[in-house]
Amino acid sequence: MISRRDFLQVSMAASAMVGASGFGNWARLAAQQSLTQDDLLQFDTYGNVSLIHITDIHAQLKPIYFREPEINLGVGDAYGHVPHITGADFRKLYGIADGSPSAYALTYNDFTALAQTYGRVGGMDRVATVVDAIRADRPDALLLDGGDTWHGSYTCYHTEGQDVVNVMNALKPDAMTFHWEFTLGTDRINELVENLPFAALGQNIFDAEWDEPAELFKPYKFFERGGVNIAVIGQAFPYMPIANPRWMFPEYSFGIRDENMQAMVDEVREMGAECVVVLSHNGFDVDKKMAGRVKGIDVILSGHTHDALPEPVLVGETIVVASGSNGKFVSRVDLDIRDGRMMGFRHKLIPIFSDVIAPKAEITQLIDEQRAPYKDKLEEVIGQTDSLLYRRGNFNGTWDDLICQALIEEREADISMSPGVRWGPSILPGQNITREDIWNVTSMSYGEAYRTEMTGEFIHVILEDVGDNLFNTDPYYQQGGDMVRIGGMGYRIDVSKPQGERISDMTLLKTGEAIDPAKTYQVAGWASVNEGTEGPQIWDVVENYIRRKGTVSVEPHENVKVAGA
Amino acid sequence: MDFTRRETLALGAGAAALTVLPFRVLAAADEAIAAFTGGADVAEGGVELTAPEIAENGNTVPVGVSAPGASAILLLATGNPTPGVAQFNFGPLVASQAASTRIRLAGTQDVVAIAKLADGSFAKASSTVKVTIGGCGG
Repeated sequence: MISRRDFLQVSMAASAMVGASGFGNWARLAAQQSLTQDDLLQFDTYGNVSLIHITDIHAQLKPIYFREPEINLGVGDAYGHVPHITGADFRKLYGIADGSPSAYALTYNDFTALAQTYGRVGGMDRVATVVDAIRADRPDALLLDGGDTWHGSYTCYHTEGQDVVNVMNALKPDAMTFHWEFTLGTDRINELVENLPFAALGQNIFDAEWDEPAELFKPYKFFERGGVNIAVIGQAFPYMPIANPRWMFPEYSFGIRDENMQAMVDEVREMGAECVVVLSHNGFDVDKKMAGRVKGIDVILSGHTHDALPEPVLVGETIVVASGSNGKFVSRVDLDIRDGRMMGFRHKLIPIFSDVIAPKAEITQLIDEQRAPYKDKLEEVIGQTDSLLYRRGNFNGTWDDLICQALIEEREADISMSPGVRWGPSILPGQNITREDIWNVTSMSYGEAYRTEMTGEFIHVILEDVGDNLFNTDPYYQQGGDMVRIGGMGYRIDVSKPQGERISDMTLLKTGEAIDPAKTYQVAGWASVNEGTEGPQIWDVVENYIRRKGTVSVEPHENVKVAGA
Repeated sequence: MDFTRRETLALGAGAAALTVLPFRVLAAADEAIAAFTGGADVAEGGVELTAPEIAENGNTVPVGVSAPGASAILLLATGNPTPGVAQFNFGPLVASQAASTRIRLAGTQDVVAIAKLADGSFAKASSTVKVTIGGCGG
């Protein structure tokens, strides 16, 4: 095996090459007003294997705006390390100039102004152009989809994922793993997977009844590329039955199962794999921990936590690559595999600037065909916004504040709760809000907006429970979402404390009084994992609210006080 | 409506218990260990315990134990009102000293396996299994 010292030298050299050829250059090019598709795609083909990674598209087929998080706290060993670095600190770490295209793509500051300069991001027709360009350099490059693909839009909901499947199939991926796809329900995901023209992988997808590997999803698949035997092992989101409704896919069980991951790595190595790639939906911190525990993985292509990192993170002899979300980025990773080991790599996180990268006409047409039956519904303007609407961040974004306020007003509640999901594009001030925009931040197969009574004590238990899913110092005990969003109530959270001691100073905002543990409050929320939840769909609640308001303004307010970070 | 009031209360009670129980080894667990080992020292390692980090369903959590050469393995859910789960005894002719079962966990707690090895010594492994009310994935 290659020594750690050699490996570090190789990878540092590779990083230096990346810096010279691609990433660090954006700022200068933009200053010259000359950022081109060729600049974004420029890559000196390296080694003998190319991987193309895209993940967490959340059914965003068209270009969108997507603001990266302002607050993304790391606890324990993750404290102060990527991806738990944002804004100016992030730019400093990677040498990114303020106001540059990379600042716009990777950090949150001045988002509205930069969005007007640099435009929308993503679009699967632009992604197709990038994939084609990489395949022109290296025809047998592997295209790997990290999952959360068949979820998150109006058309995806109404076609039960078929629109995205049709478009992705045209891009010809080689393998995929899964998360939200399972919320289509067992019957539908089985139907889609049975007909997939590429590998559906997950070494941790088990039959719940027998606790044995599920038959439909294979743990790994071998590919021979560039004369190299590559094994791609899938790792689905480990906590689906906990984070999402178990009753929708009771036949399946997941979990991290890193002992089985080690067994699979050993098995493929024994079968002659010279390169082992894990296509993962673990989330970044879980992948980092897994890379340190499972021996023999060369590359982890990491998804779920929506982090976009300009360079891979090295753990032992494994590189961990994070490729963002919502179609905003594609990662290209070139590997030099010789004598059964990874001698070096070259990597580039390619931002999909939709005004710079030309759409592939054939895919644009295919996307428009999927949308055509719903066009009028999608494009109907419901209202306008005066404020930047975004979601991503550990605590409430403005989209969440709007949804929480809609729940309070439309459902006559004291307090509202909205799930801490990380998907959902942003809307700029002055933009119209269409029905499609509302569905982009609410669409799911369990969107019923409930209204129920909860005691102050129970609300505290919920916040502590969700807080521990985010701020437990052991990544294996985290679920990878953000904190549940709260409307009508303020609280203080000390992220450095253990479960049961993080949340304090819970206050009912409308009266300014402390939440009484024994008192009962009317709580409205949505996305319950419980079967039989009743209520109107959240997108209808939000649409009614926006229509009534005409123009929405969401003032930033600080109802959550964060300590211990 | 999400929860009926009754379910909400039941969930509330369960969740409240969950905040009280974590990481508390009941005296009953210590007693069960002492009865099994006869008070002998228990070393770490030599027994493998496989359990999920977060339970998908606290009512039925798959747990596996194995300890090459062991004559018996004691399995305890230290945070349950009754910690004893099972004691697996292996005769001299068994092919492997391994067993798996499903257990019910009252809340987040440590699951502990103690093996009596061939030389009469004892080995221990433990694993924290989190029981959570869930929701809100990325």
